[in-house]
Amino acid sequence: MIDSTSIMPEFADIESYKLPEYQLDSKIPEGPIAEKWTNYKAHQKLVNPANKRNLDIIVVGTGLAGSSAASTLGEMGFNVYNFCIQDSPRRAHSIAAQGGINAAKNYQNDGDSVYRLFYDTVKGGDFRSREANVYRLAEVSNNIIDQCVEQGVPFAREYGGLLANRSFGGAQVSRTFYAKGQTGQQLLLGAYASLNRQIQKGTVRSFNRREMLDIVIIDGRARGIIVRNLITGEIERYAAHAVVLATGGYGRAFFLSTNAMGCNGSAAIQAFKKGALLANLAFTQIHPTCIPVHGEDQSKLTLMSESLRNDGRIWVPKKKEDAEAIRAGQKKPTDIPDEDRDFYLERRYPAFGNLCPRDIASRAAKERCDAGYGVGTGNAVYLDFKYAIERLGEDVVRDRYGNLFDMYQMISDDNPYETPMMIFPASHYTMGGIWVDYELQTSVKGLFAIGECNFSDHGGNRLGASALMQGLADGYFVLPYTMQNYLSDQIKVPRFSTDAPEFEAAEKAVRERIEKLMAIKGTKSPDEIHKRLGHVMWNFVGMGRTLQSLVKALGEIEEVRKEFYSDLRIVGSADDLNTELEKALRLEDFLVIAKMMAIDALNRNESCGAHFREEYQTEDGEAKRNDQDYMYVSCWKYTGDGAKPILVKEPLKYEAIKVQTRNYKS
Amino acid sequence: MEHTISVNLKIWRQRGPKEKGQFVDYHLDNVSTGSSFLEMLDMLNQHLVEQGEEPVVFDNDCREGICGMCSLYINGHPHGPVQGITTCQLHMRKFNDGDTITIEPWRSAAFPVIRDLMVNRNAFDQIQQAGGYVSFNCGGAQDANNLPISKAIADEAMDSATCIGCGACVAACKNGSAMLFVSAKVSQFALLPQGQVERKRRARAMVRKMDELGFGNCTNTGACAAECPKNISLSNIARLNREFIKAKCAE
Repeated sequence: MIDSTSIMPEFADIESYKLPEYQLDSKIPEGPIAEKWTNYKAHQKLVNPANKRNLDIIVVGTGLAGSSAASTLGEMGFNVYNFCIQDSPRRAHSIAAQGGINAAKNYQNDGDSVYRLFYDTVKGGDFRSREANVYRLAEVSNNIIDQCVEQGVPFAREYGGLLANRSFGGAQVSRTFYAKGQTGQQLLLGAYASLNRQIQKGTVRSFNRREMLDIVIIDGRARGIIVRNLITGEIERYAAHAVVLATGGYGRAFFLSTNAMGCNGSAAIQAFKKGALLANLAFTQIHPTCIPVHGEDQSKLTLMSESLRNDGRIWVPKKKEDAEAIRAGQKKPTDIPDEDRDFYLERRYPAFGNLCPRDIASRAAKERCDAGYGVGTGNAVYLDFKYAIERLGEDVVRDRYGNLFDMYQMISDDNPYETPMMIFPASHYTMGGIWVDYELQTSVKGLFAIGECNFSDHGGNRLGASALMQGLADGYFVLPYTMQNYLSDQIKVPRFSTDAPEFEAAEKAVRERIEKLMAIKGTKSPDEIHKRLGHVMWNFVGMGRTLQSLVKALGEIEEVRKEFYSDLRIVGSADDLNTELEKALRLEDFLVIAKMMAIDALNRNESCGAHFREEYQTEDGEAKRNDQDYMYVSCWKYTGDGAKPILVKEPLKYEAIKVQTRNYKS
Repeated sequence: MEHTISVNLKIWRQRGPKEKGQFVDYHLDNVSTGSSFLEMLDMLNQHLVEQGEEPVVFDNDCREGICGMCSLYINGHPHGPVQGITTCQLHMRKFNDGDTITIEPWRSAAFPVIRDLMVNRNAFDQIQQAGGYVSFNCGGAQDANNLPISKAIADEAMDSATCIGCGACVAACKNGSAMLFVSAKVSQFALLPQGQVERKRRARAMVRKMDELGFGNCTNTGACAAECPKNISLSNIARLNREFIKAKCAE
């Protein structure tokens, strides 16, 4: 038995989706794909300037999506309340994105177009994203570059003064704009600058070191949030006409990931418990080029930009005895002659070679390591610049990748100019997230989700340099329009008092939750339990999943959950700065996300994008999709703690694109 | 293959901004030399939690040297003894078995201690809010390639824009001056064509705000640039001085 259908009822309700109340309206506009967004904008409702002043919007998060949305809504004249958990909006984890941002400018005259960027993104996502959203994303991508240049973002340029581009995985054109290996930093500082201008003008009010702990719903609409002041421990209430979540991904469910220490999925869980749906949670991106794990005390993994795959060649030894000798320290990689090196990506995927998409590159690395050809601890492969240095010279390589090489050397103590880098896949990005319609509104009225925290644009796998594009597209060019379609009905709604009973109740629930965790007084720190959860997720819900591994994962997650509620220890007090309490609250939500990830992966009886169910593969080890039964967005509806979630389906229809098997071989 | 060392730690502990702080000694065994400095502090905190004591509070987030959240004055140097990196990029292989490591927060009047090693750097945000931007509303931009910018200028602006806003420059300065931080942002926009229209207003506004917030004056000692984890050059300060004088003359 490899199909989970018969055992799913043990974990979830997968039948009720047929009922009329579970039909989703994704609000995709009519018309040919290239005209949908134009038509939408031409016919949507707007809010006039005098009314904008009377409408309050809460934006949670200050990454690319959050900062760009908050600043743009402020520029339009809305009152914006913007929250972040860090000490400054500039520190959100978008800052760490290295490689670049895609746009369909075709500045290189290499055949790029809006349609091609759209096509590559849908194909890269293995035909599990919503066509209309992706087309809109490709359409506004060019505006993003114009916008950022105007802000003074110092993109890399050619000697003639025009913008430079490079290539990223999954594309045969050069459409990636970049600023050294710090593109995310420069784009975020651009958005942060715009945000600062609005803060100065008074349209945006910025609240730092605040963590949202609940969303307040009044008469079925999102009307505010409850936050914990991370410095004083005080619980605070904020009201608004609408709430926007821009809170990033849940990749730290694996504990070790390339995410920042504070990254969390708690906003998604709060939304889930208030009626928003979580979608496609099984689609978690494992990035192929990260620095391998060094030991048990490790707290995070460091990404080496995908841009390195432009010039680096990935290999492992062809002979097992060479791999064994390297692992034993008896041979060095430079001792292996070219003919004994297996450039496995070039071998398996000649058309895209080292630049095949991330999910494919990650799985291929795991396959070689599992087969016994791994180097280092056995869980690593080589990324070699010897050939690029021979071809281009060390100076050119240093100019392109110098800061990344320095970063590598700092962490690993190896010099990548002399010996190949060692890399291994690590949790990096989550394609799944909060379900939103075409307007980026969740299934809760007035609650919107943008950037990585929504599910919408990347399907089963995200292409490199597309996360920055999506975050800024949502924040600068999509949400500021679509939100008005909702807010136009709200102009007569007066400001809410935070004394409303709904706020009272939400705050009380938050306080009770904190007291419950503080009262456990066990022996294990949140980090210890989080590490245990991470091991379960990596081993059983990681790059390769099986029905058995997922059932096992669900059992073990339950064990970790029991340990959490019986043996957690939080030192210090709740009414005070308490980093242990912060971690515990986030971990409690990761336990829910972990379970939902496993359930989603168990439900999806196919291999697709980053979701690889080992039962479903072709003879040569490629993913075997099942479009007949699974060409839908799997959304999950919360029904209570410990109760079974309900599967809700959004069928995916492709009208502008011909669905086919993903092929990066020829 | 893995080496471990033992270290003695002298860590500044302080309950709140108004309370008196003091150094507390800790000893830690079996620290892997492959661990980062912050992972070593995680280990210490794990031990403290096991003993029911409150962990040492320190800011950190991305742990890859770019968010600017981590700080720490380690053995007399902001971000530790290795030049050109942040604390989170510092690895324990840079220390020897038996070393005593002194860890303090940033010490500056403009960055009050919140707790232990965590300080309030909100003043940096306020300086940026005073003028660290191009006044331009989303949606009205021309095509990005309509305005060529020479590679040399773009690269130089990029070098200035690399500042991560960590505050090491202020911590390193005997006067507690924020000139390197302010000059990096002023330089980025002074170099680029997009920044020209507001060039004078920006230099005046940002310097005025810096003075107002209690940062000290610059005496060209250069400790800021020497300790900067991103190697922001002292020449930015020279440019800021020129920008400021030109702006004042034009008033």
